[in-house]
Amino acid sequence: MKIAVCVKQIPDPATPYELDSENHFVVRPDDQVLDDTDRYGVEMGLQLAEATDGEVVLVSMSPANNLQGIRQALAMGADKAIVIDDEALRGSGALVTARVLAAAIEREGADLVIAGTESTDGYVGVVPQMLAELLGMPAMTFARKAELTDGTIRIERQTSGGYDVVEAPLPALVTATSGSVEPRYPTFKGIMGAKQKPIEQPSCAELGVESVGSAGSGQEIVEVRPAPERTAGVKIQDEGDAHTEIIKLLEQAKVI
Amino acid sequence: MDFSLSAEHESFRRVVRQFAEAEIAPNSEEWDRTHEFPTATVLAMGDLGLFGLIFPEEYGGAGADFLTLCIAIEEIARVDSSLAITLEAGVGLGANPILQYGTAEQKDRWLPDLVAGRRLAGFGLTEPDAGSDAGATATRAELDGDEWVINGAKSFITNSGTEITSLVSITARTGPEEISTIIIPAATEGFVVEPGYRKMGWRASDTHGLLFEDCRVPAENLLGDRGRGFHQFLEILDGGRVALAAMSVGVAQGCLDHSLAYAKERKQFGRPIGANQAIAFKIADMQVAIDAARLLTYRAAWLKDQGREFRQAAATAKLFASEAAVDATRQATQIFGGYGFMDESPVSRFYRDAKVLEIGEGTSEIQRMVIARALGL
Repeated sequence: MKIAVCVKQIPDPATPYELDSENHFVVRPDDQVLDDTDRYGVEMGLQLAEATDGEVVLVSMSPANNLQGIRQALAMGADKAIVIDDEALRGSGALVTARVLAAAIEREGADLVIAGTESTDGYVGVVPQMLAELLGMPAMTFARKAELTDGTIRIERQTSGGYDVVEAPLPALVTATSGSVEPRYPTFKGIMGAKQKPIEQPSCAELGVESVGSAGSGQEIVEVRPAPERTAGVKIQDEGDAHTEIIKLLEQAKVI
Repeated sequence: MDFSLSAEHESFRRVVRQFAEAEIAPNSEEWDRTHEFPTATVLAMGDLGLFGLIFPEEYGGAGADFLTLCIAIEEIARVDSSLAITLEAGVGLGANPILQYGTAEQKDRWLPDLVAGRRLAGFGLTEPDAGSDAGATATRAELDGDEWVINGAKSFITNSGTEITSLVSITARTGPEEISTIIIPAATEGFVVEPGYRKMGWRASDTHGLLFEDCRVPAENLLGDRGRGFHQFLEILDGGRVALAAMSVGVAQGCLDHSLAYAKERKQFGRPIGANQAIAFKIADMQVAIDAARLLTYRAAWLKDQGREFRQAAATAKLFASEAAVDATRQATQIFGGYGFMDESPVSRFYRDAKVLEIGEGTSEIQRMVIARALGL
C-alpha cells in the first residue's frame, strides 16, 4: 500500500507576510513551515500506512528553500518526499498545481492520495478535486474518519448536520478535515531520522508537465483588497431582559 | 565561533513549544490551583520522547546531547514550571544516576520505563538537617546479611510520590565517614511517602518528605561504588544546575513574551503602556538578562557535551539565570499591575514559581561558594 500525502510549505502564519505586487501571491521566505492543516493528512496517511504495513510519500509543489516544512512531515514518520520546485512554476494557480502534483503522483504510483481540504495561505480549496479528476480517482472529500478494508476506502464525510458514510474502491483521493485525527508530535529521534530520508526534486520537464506558470493557470488574481475593518458590535444594556435580546441576535446569526 | 543551533535543534524547539502551548498552557492555571500532578500530560511528554532525550538508544533513548534536553526544559518552563521541574528532576536526578552509576542489571531493570517516561524516579539527598551541607547526611543504611536496612528522613524530594514513581535513589551513611547511594523501589515496606507539601510555587509538581523505618532493600540495590555517594551527587548536581539554568531561561522568556504582548495591548493615558519608556525599558532589560542567561546556559551545556570541565560554568549559569528569572517575574508582575496580582494571571504564577530557582539544586549562595572556590578563595 503506497499512500501519497499532498503537503504544502507556507510562510509561518505567526509572522507578517507580504504579497507579490505583480501576481498577488504570497512572497515566500526561506523559512517556511508545514501548513498546519496538512498535519491531519499526514497523520491520517501514517495511521492507514501503519494499519496496512504501507508507505507514506509526501508530494509537494512549492519553493523548496530550506525544506524545513517538508522535514517536519518527514519527522512525523513519512518515508520520503517529492518536492517540485521549478523556476517555471512561479505564478502558477490551482490548476497548474493539480497538474504538477498529478504528474508526480502518477510517476510514483499510489493506491491512495490524501490531501488537506485547503491550504492556509491560498484558501483556493479546489486542488484536491482537480487532482482527483486528473488522476481519474473518486474524490472522497471532507473525511472526518477513514478506514481501509480489502481495497476499499470508507470515509465519514463531514456535513453540516452530521456525516455521510461513503465508500470507494482504490485508488482514491481523500481530503482530511482538521480534527479528523490527532496529529502526532515529531520526536527528536524523528527529527534526526528525517535528515536521512530521501527528498526527490524532479523538474517539470522530468515530470512531463508543460504550460505552467501564470500562462498555464487559466486564471489570474487581478486585485487583492483587504478585508473591511471590523465594525463595533452591538451593546445591549441589561434591564433584566438582556438574555432575550442576545438569544434573538444569536438566532438571527443562525448560530442557535 | 558559531552561536547558531542546528536546524534539528531549532525544529525540536518548535515542536516542544507547540506541544507546551497546546497540551500544557491551557491547563496550567487549573493544575496550579488544584495542586494536581497531571499524570496524563507527563505521560504525553514521555510519548514525545522528552524523558529519553539524553539516554542511549539501547534503553529507548534518542542519544541526543545535553543541549537538546536544555531546550526541552526551557520550552516547557516557558509555560509551566511544575512540568519543567518534573522533567528536569525525572531526567537529571531520577534516571541519570542509574545511567551513570548503575550496573548492567540495574540499567536493564529501571531505565527502559524511565527513558520512555512511563515511570518517574526521584533523588533523595536533602534531609531535615542536611540541606546545603549535604555532607551532614544522617540517614543510615546498615548491611544485615544481604540486605540494607535504612533509617532516616529525606526532605523536598521531587517525583517521589506520583502514581508512576518507580524508585527513589537516596544517599545514606553506610559507615562513619562514608556516604553511598541506594535504590529504593517504590512501595518498599518501611519506605513512607509523606503527604505532599503545601508550596508557594511548583504546585502541580510532586514533592514529598520521605521516611525510612527499618526499610529493607537487597544489597545489590547499592548504586555505584560504596562510599562514593558524596562524589556522585556532586556530579549529578553539576548537570542538574545546567538544567535548572535552562529552566530559569524558560521562565524569564515566558515573562518576556507575556509582558511584551500585554505592553502592546494594554492602553492607559490613551496609548499602549509599552509606548512609555518606564515599561519599555523594563522589557528591554529583561531581554538583555535572558540573552546573557541563555548564553551562559548553552555554554555550560556545550562544555558538558564536549566532556570538558563544567562545574564552574554550571554554577555561573545557574546563579545568573535563576536570579534573572526571579527579576523577570517581578518586573512582569509589575507590568501587569493589578491583573498581575490575580491568581488567574500567568505572571502571578510565574512569580510564585520562580523563587525556588534560587534555592533548588544548590542555593545562590552555594553557587557563589563553588565559583569562589574555583577562583582559589
